[in-house]
Amino acid sequence: MSAFEAAAGYDRQSWDRRPAAAHAGGGLLSKRIVVGYGFWIFLLSDIIMFSAFFATYAVLVGATAGGPSGRELFNLNNVAIETACLLLSSFTCGIASIGARMQRGTWFYGAMSATGILGAAFLFIEVHEFAGMVARGAGPTRSAFLSAFFTLVGCHGLHVTAGLLWLLTMMAQVFAKGYRADILRRVLCFGLFWHTLDIIWVAIFTVIYLMGVWQ
Amino acid sequence: MSNSEWERDSLYPDGAPGEETFLGQDDAEAVGSYFIGLGLATLLTIVSFFIAISGTALVWGPSIPVALIVLAVAQMGVHLVFFLNITTGPDNVNNVMALAFGVLIVLLLLAGSLWIMANMNHMMPMDQIMQMQR
Repeated sequence: MSAFEAAAGYDRQSWDRRPAAAHAGGGLLSKRIVVGYGFWIFLLSDIIMFSAFFATYAVLVGATAGGPSGRELFNLNNVAIETACLLLSSFTCGIASIGARMQRGTWFYGAMSATGILGAAFLFIEVHEFAGMVARGAGPTRSAFLSAFFTLVGCHGLHVTAGLLWLLTMMAQVFAKGYRADILRRVLCFGLFWHTLDIIWVAIFTVIYLMGVWQ
Repeated sequence: MSNSEWERDSLYPDGAPGEETFLGQDDAEAVGSYFIGLGLATLLTIVSFFIAISGTALVWGPSIPVALIVLAVAQMGVHLVFFLNITTGPDNVNNVMALAFGVLIVLLLLAGSLWIMANMNHMMPMDQIMQMQR
């Protein structure tokens, strides 16, 4: 036992007697936990980036430069449908991760497809909303308020787009390579990413849309 | 096979975020947890929209932004616990510590930006700033 191992309380002999030590690869924790934790750190840094956009928006929300304010632009019916799509897709994404763990194709592919369709529906409504705003002269160049709005909501939309591409990649990888440990780690990360997008959307619909319409 | 990682993890007290089966939870319980999360999140969303739309007819006006923020924070908590499986369990200390640090930075960023910009607008009117930029 090296000095480092002794200091870390790491006893190779008793370690080796454990039944699963063959999979340990020398580390104390499985790759699944390390990968999940690392991806969690990435997601937190992504949330910090979004908080900077939220701070920008909150500072500039009144800077409409004589243009339309949120109250005149936002349609809460659309926002309610978008919210329902994303919440349901977060739920089906969780079901897909259970399906992947149980290695049941019907659950995994079915729930992943549902997640993808709901995510695409969300994106479709959002792009439609953006196009409508630009068409009536309320594009990102109209005022500082609208620049901040399109940056924040558009950045979330880009994340959803990336998530959809990732979702299709995961379905293809499971289909081509099976429920291998490395593929399942990627499915875990995808699930964390998708759930986090929904958390950011909760902040968006509250701060931008609901408070914007109420004011 | 690939399940070996799950079997091995159950020997050591540390959980990956998003991992449902960690504390001996079986698949049915994991599905149940997602259903509870979906139900709570739906409820909180409906209350949020209801308060924002019905407005002052139902709630005292100045309390509406506060109520909306409280509901949003509650819903984020529901998502974290039931969807991301970030809990206060002993297997989750590292995940919670990382989350707490993230929340600290987010609060500093938001509060700092709003405070400084509010002060700037208060001390220096916008037309004066415009003149300085010329």
